[in-house]
Amino acid sequence: MVGLKVKVGLELHQQLATKYKLFCCCQSSLAAVEPEYKFIRRLRPTQSELGEVDPAALFEFKKGRYIVYEVDDASSCLVEMDEEPPHPLNEEAVEIALTVAMMLNASPVDEVHVMRKIVIDGSNTAGFQRTALIATGGYIDVEGKRIPIQTICVEEDAARLVKQEGEAVYYRLDRLGIPLIEVATAPVIESPKEALTVAFSIGRVLRATGRVRRGLGSIRQDVNISVEGGGLIEVKGVQKLDLIEKVVEYEIMRQKNLLAIRDELNARGCKPADIINEPIRDLTEIFVDTSSRIIRNAVKSGGRVLGVKLKGFGGLLSRELEPGLRFGGEFATRASFWGGVGGIFHTDELPAYGITAEEVAKIKSSAEAGELDAVVFVADECSKAEAALKAVLERALEALKGVPDETRGPNPDGTTRYMRPRPGAARMYPETDIPPLRITEDLLLKVKRNLPEHPSVTLNNLMELYGLNRKLAEQLMDSEYLNTFKLIVSEVKVPAKFVAATLTETLKSLERGGVDVGVLSDSILIDVFRYVDRGFMVKESIPDVLKWLCLNVNMGVEDALKALNIRLLSREELEKIVDEALTAKSDIVSKMGVKAVNSIMGFLMNKLRGRVDPQLLMEIIRGKIVERMGGGES
Amino acid sequence: MRGESAPDNPSPHGLEGYRGLALKVLRSIGAEVGDVIRVKRADGAVYEGILVPRFEYGDPECVVLKLRNGYNIGLKIKDTDVVEKLAEGGKFTYKVQLAPKAVSSLPRVSIIGTGGTIASRIDYRTGAVTPTFTADDLYSMVPELGEIANIDTKVLFNVFSEDMTPKHWTKIAEEVASQFENSIQGVVVAHGTDTMGYTAAALSFALQGLPAPVILVGAQRSSDRPSSDAALNLIGAVVAAVHAPFGEVAVAMHKNLSDDEILIHRGTRVRKCHTSRRDAFKSINTDPLGVVKNKTYHQISSSFKPRGSLNGFKIKPLFEEKVALIKYYPGFNPEVIERLLDMGYRGIILEGTGLGHVGSICIKAIERARDMGVFVGMTSQCIWGRVNMNIYYTGRDLQKAGVTPLEDMLAETAVVKLMWVLAQTDNIEEVKKLMLTNISGEFSQRTSYRWSA
Repeated sequence: MVGLKVKVGLELHQQLATKYKLFCCCQSSLAAVEPEYKFIRRLRPTQSELGEVDPAALFEFKKGRYIVYEVDDASSCLVEMDEEPPHPLNEEAVEIALTVAMMLNASPVDEVHVMRKIVIDGSNTAGFQRTALIATGGYIDVEGKRIPIQTICVEEDAARLVKQEGEAVYYRLDRLGIPLIEVATAPVIESPKEALTVAFSIGRVLRATGRVRRGLGSIRQDVNISVEGGGLIEVKGVQKLDLIEKVVEYEIMRQKNLLAIRDELNARGCKPADIINEPIRDLTEIFVDTSSRIIRNAVKSGGRVLGVKLKGFGGLLSRELEPGLRFGGEFATRASFWGGVGGIFHTDELPAYGITAEEVAKIKSSAEAGELDAVVFVADECSKAEAALKAVLERALEALKGVPDETRGPNPDGTTRYMRPRPGAARMYPETDIPPLRITEDLLLKVKRNLPEHPSVTLNNLMELYGLNRKLAEQLMDSEYLNTFKLIVSEVKVPAKFVAATLTETLKSLERGGVDVGVLSDSILIDVFRYVDRGFMVKESIPDVLKWLCLNVNMGVEDALKALNIRLLSREELEKIVDEALTAKSDIVSKMGVKAVNSIMGFLMNKLRGRVDPQLLMEIIRGKIVERMGGGES
Repeated sequence: MRGESAPDNPSPHGLEGYRGLALKVLRSIGAEVGDVIRVKRADGAVYEGILVPRFEYGDPECVVLKLRNGYNIGLKIKDTDVVEKLAEGGKFTYKVQLAPKAVSSLPRVSIIGTGGTIASRIDYRTGAVTPTFTADDLYSMVPELGEIANIDTKVLFNVFSEDMTPKHWTKIAEEVASQFENSIQGVVVAHGTDTMGYTAAALSFALQGLPAPVILVGAQRSSDRPSSDAALNLIGAVVAAVHAPFGEVAVAMHKNLSDDEILIHRGTRVRKCHTSRRDAFKSINTDPLGVVKNKTYHQISSSFKPRGSLNGFKIKPLFEEKVALIKYYPGFNPEVIERLLDMGYRGIILEGTGLGHVGSICIKAIERARDMGVFVGMTSQCIWGRVNMNIYYTGRDLQKAGVTPLEDMLAETAVVKLMWVLAQTDNIEEVKKLMLTNISGEFSQRTSYRWSA
């Protein structure tokens, strides 16, 4: 089991910093205002020539699910609302993608065709996401290994999920249509560590263009992971590069544990027939006087307690697959996905939750369950409970085969949760509302002439020109602030190392503290260093000032200093302080005369750094000394 | 509701979109649309995919392949490329899904297709969108229909909305009339949206004393997308056909941007007022007839013609095409009117300014029309409100010159009505009388404050 081969492929999605969205002329950024208008939609599964409809999609539709879209006028127009046909493909986005394609040694297509990819969870108003293949057949060399880049695409970002309430799913439309670039590697990555390195290397190329968006949610990865003998799992929407390593590690762990469970089930002689022929049993009678509040309430409101026996599954349901996820949890998520129930009970975790040992014994005997069997039961409306248990049986059947193909979502700690079954082959058809875009030789030439510096050259330059050590230089390149760094050091005389450290470590620690540093514009960041350079602010205040600026968007450094009470001292205040200092140091002044200025200046700057304008302070000290000397002599 | 990518008449090879070297190379290897093709480039790049049809736009010298990952790409074929055919495309058979069969005790509704795609099937392999119109397909794509009615479908013809002519109106009217011989509860006509308002007006005049509602329905978003408004509009139309109390022609379309309520507009009063929104159709200078919500019909307007008996039903399906609609604007040259008269036009509807005016420069031409026995009627380009040609000198002079003010009638309805009236009579006095007779609710006596943009 230890030596099982692992295959990982990455799909990186990065928002592009274009002026407009991909298919309309709305601002290409999130809304700054509250929603102004709402409308309701119901998406219907479309039918292919094979009469096939995505089962998950059909299921959602049949449940009567509807979508509420929230809009504001600045960030969305009729195109996002699917009330106006899309405009032609944004050529600025295509140019950026071509730039990336060239840097990744990929061959651009001669004519770009926009496709519709069916997605009916509501995240796209049209019921499909628009996407276009720009280049194929590239590669990137990472630590001596050549990683093939299969495809480079541009696509529209989806609407933002706001909340789910009963049958209503709420989406905010502002993000829909922001251009994304998608870079997909071949599934050749073999370890969690390598996945992370490859992700960073591709990320460096993307950022080298200087035309990608930054901040939380501007980059998202899909990670495809399969363990030899396991299933193909797609983990969708990993928002932080750093998390990739953990995601891969935990998913390998989960798949290996599922394979071990399969082997155990086989050893116990479990057969698909045991599961297929298993009846759903009504166990309501057992709970007439139960002290379990959940079950009592469910039955009181007309529900039933239904259960199924899982032959041979006894003891396995409580087995941990990855941190925080037991095998039983996989059954629970399926049950709530397909049956809409709150959760399941299984005998491995009982007695508990107010269910007594006596009740457990009754359940087992009425389900004819032996020592090695488990019973899963649900207390809910009859139809929901039945759908839930059918999903449980389905999952049990899959357990006999090993790892079911799934689309999973990442948790913040890198573990994953079930999202939906994996869709079949991509359901794509041409977006006939948008003319194909010819990639001309002229366009390619223009892109080639403006190709940015290769990341390896940048790394060397950072070390040689700015004296950064390799670690700091790499950190800077893997941050979103390389260009900001260059801008700052060219405009402000603050040590490059300090700027680099601030833009990486300081910002990162703020982010870890839950602050959205993505709102900081380059000009604000430059301003902060300019204040330090001029001595208006101490270096040590930078974290506080930055934090305040993140929380108070559209305010300036001056406002931050005032609000944080680290503003400059006034002339009157300074004169008073200087007077006091001269009195305290009267011996030096009388001994050195005007030459004491430097000494007094040094003494006061130590005390007042960040709160005074040094030139002003110097001027006051000089004036006061001259005044005192004049006064003394007369 | 047009089949934007559905070729009208696909050639056996499907190569008609291709030109130049691309076409030559494809022909030389005997490739047809649907075959698996490989293109090998001089630089070593290799592309494999299914050959798909080229549409109207783009570079016809680029071969379009659908790659295994589902994407289409265009490759400009060069002399140095090696193009091979790897496999023949298979034929596709459509598995009809188990459609919920309607209960036979449900009321019967006929759906007549006139063009476009009220339902369509996507061939994800080549990307072609094929319109489909059998009852089974409709049930399977809009399963709710099976709970509402027993449906018969008939494709009358397949015409884009903008290609409709009065001759098509005649055929639709005759087809609808023939449906009533089959004791049905209502008729639905699927129609492209661009000229649906004109057809609705035409049918309103052609079909009189209707025994049941005739509901026109279309879609602003094509039916191949999950967000199409076609399904809900169709459900609304069928519900209205079954349950509405009126015997009139109406249009069923979205009330607003939500997939929620379907308004039922009177055929003579409805106008497409937006190029793309799903609530493009508005009732002008009147209340909508009704609304469908949650598959239930609610009557809004209390003034309507109730369903009549089959005996009282009359069909008058002919239209005179020598009728013009002229929109007046500053700088308008009255010679346009003179030329129409020279061409033998029998009627002119003016879409005048404000209360119903055209510049006094037009009076001579209009007097000539009067003297030739040509009807000239006035409507307003304001859309909302009623013309009144008694307020200003110009209006009074225009009336003296022979212009007939047409109350609050839509210009589009007025031109359709005039076509119909001129097919009924040659007598100009009779024409004037009919134009001012309220035949199908095309105008009203009073103007409510509610009727405004």
